[in-house]
Amino acid sequence: MGHNNGRVLQGQSALVTGGSQGLGRALGGALAAEGARVVLVARHEGPLAAAVAEIRAAGGEAHAVVADVADKDATAVVAGQAAALVGPIDLLINNASTLGPVPLRLLLDTDCEDLERVLAVNLVGAFRLTKAIAGTMVLRGAGTIINVTSDAATEAYERWGAYGASKAALEQLGRVWAAELSGTGVRFFNVDPGEMDTKMHADAIPDANRAELSDPARVAARIVTLLAGSDTASGARVAIRVGPAHASAAEAATR
Amino acid sequence: MRPARSYPDRRDDVRLLVIDPAAPAGAGLRETRTPALPGLLAPGDLLVVNDAATLPASLRGTDEAGRPLEARLIAARGGWCAEADSPSPLRSPLRPSVRSPSHFAAVLFGAGDWHIRTEDRPPPPELAEGARLRFGALGATVGRHATLSPRLVELRFDGDGDALWAALYKEGRPVQYAHLAHDLPLWAVQTVYATRPWAFEMPSAGRPLSWEILLALRRRGVRWASLTHAAGLSATGDPAIDAALPLPEAYEIPAATARAVTETRARNGRVVAVGTTVVRALEGAAQQHHGIVLAGRGETALRITPAFRPRVVDSILSGAHAAHESHFQLLAAFAGEDLLAAAAALAERAGFLTHELGDAMLVLPGALGVRLRTPIAGAAAGE
Repeated sequence: MGHNNGRVLQGQSALVTGGSQGLGRALGGALAAEGARVVLVARHEGPLAAAVAEIRAAGGEAHAVVADVADKDATAVVAGQAAALVGPIDLLINNASTLGPVPLRLLLDTDCEDLERVLAVNLVGAFRLTKAIAGTMVLRGAGTIINVTSDAATEAYERWGAYGASKAALEQLGRVWAAELSGTGVRFFNVDPGEMDTKMHADAIPDANRAELSDPARVAARIVTLLAGSDTASGARVAIRVGPAHASAAEAATR
Repeated sequence: MRPARSYPDRRDDVRLLVIDPAAPAGAGLRETRTPALPGLLAPGDLLVVNDAATLPASLRGTDEAGRPLEARLIAARGGWCAEADSPSPLRSPLRPSVRSPSHFAAVLFGAGDWHIRTEDRPPPPELAEGARLRFGALGATVGRHATLSPRLVELRFDGDGDALWAALYKEGRPVQYAHLAHDLPLWAVQTVYATRPWAFEMPSAGRPLSWEILLALRRRGVRWASLTHAAGLSATGDPAIDAALPLPEAYEIPAATARAVTETRARNGRVVAVGTTVVRALEGAAQQHHGIVLAGRGETALRITPAFRPRVVDSILSGAHAAHESHFQLLAAFAGEDLLAAAAALAERAGFLTHELGDAMLVLPGALGVRLRTPIAGAAAGE
């Protein structure tokens, strides 16, 4: 791959949680292909090592940090290891998410502990890691943080209550952060990637027609475009709807 | 004065002793609290912080005979260090250094843990060069001993890159303090702007800075800038090593920070260092280039003594220290001895808390600097 110019994220450092599968894995590859030095975070070493190896095989720079973002004590560990490996983080992607137990249940049947676990990963984990990393971005006057959200944050889908509540709250964190840090050079985006052909989607809706689901790699490419651009206001909710890998030109992005 | 034994309720709300060398005699000291900081600086001033994150620099393990020991890392070698990284600090454009160190300097302790004061810890087992140590899953080889003390050694860990950092963070704990009531977790020894893990103990002068305070400073027209300085251990309990502290420490000054310092000085603003590590980095860099701070990486052996006259830094925010501590004595580089003696007496009388989690002191710009300063109206008058 070498040091060719024209790569839109050349020299930037990126941290992606939930980096061993689905959108996180695709994003790791897409960011590295554009020249970013990437740190992937995930709980399980095997799939994470495979994701890192894939990026390195393609000539990109990637590193693995094994951690559970819901673990409070892991926050400073993840931030420290990542900065040791790639320097001050320019791009933070809060992508790690859990649905909680599947099949998804009605809210009244959801155990309190299951709701707490969903919030711990999807909301509090992202909150802590952002706290640990946004500060250095503010100090340097630049940086972008993406919270990966879902239309379950805004629509009242039955059985998506715990997940939807966690994502709605995450989006609100993003908006308030954007307001509080307005003018500092640090941007926050809530990115709704739409329904993707991922393991998470299959866990939630096993009988979905995969031919109608978006390809995570194509979503990742859109997120790279968002990161590299400067025309989207901080705090914005960005919905990406790209369709499957082999879809024709019929794709639409809405904001 | 007593050390603070636990974390304050709010990191950014501790007592602040303001020492103002430019005030009329008898009016040079007053007490406030850290939220008042923004009102104590003036538009055009520059606050420089050390953004080093704190490493889990304390590793407990055994030698091959199973004898217990603790290694506290004190310096990184062969990665962040200037002499190995680049012969000249004049490298531009500067990309933040992320080369992992190939080895570390470490101070060894014998059995026991942080509840025992370092002075009272038994010495470590005698270890020959090449001895193998094991810290949980992390293996290491002892390298050369320093002439200063047999307890100061080189440590070369097995593995590098991702694996080394993962193992260090898994097996290491932050350096702990016998005066504290509790074990300090890693997150508790980070500043709010902690970035690369270069510090072996917390650059604690910046602990009371919150974003509330930093953003208020900015609204007031005070600029910030950061550098990274590899703060070493503050004390080891080994008299020979302690007498030599601080050992030479690595630093990196970003181009934006060098520029901000130059601009601030040109406009007659004041440069406020948060902590002695920032003083060492800026003054150490200035010493090498006739008083001008250039961007780059370096290593400084500069020791701030009462006789030292800063050329770049006008003011220092520091933790509260008792008069006998070396940290307090270096404040004499910024304020006269009489005023400092009065400050120490006041802090003592008022029950200021010292050390990493304690109260704070701010020495405002005074008459000691090499530069002649025009007082900025209102700057010393507070809020």
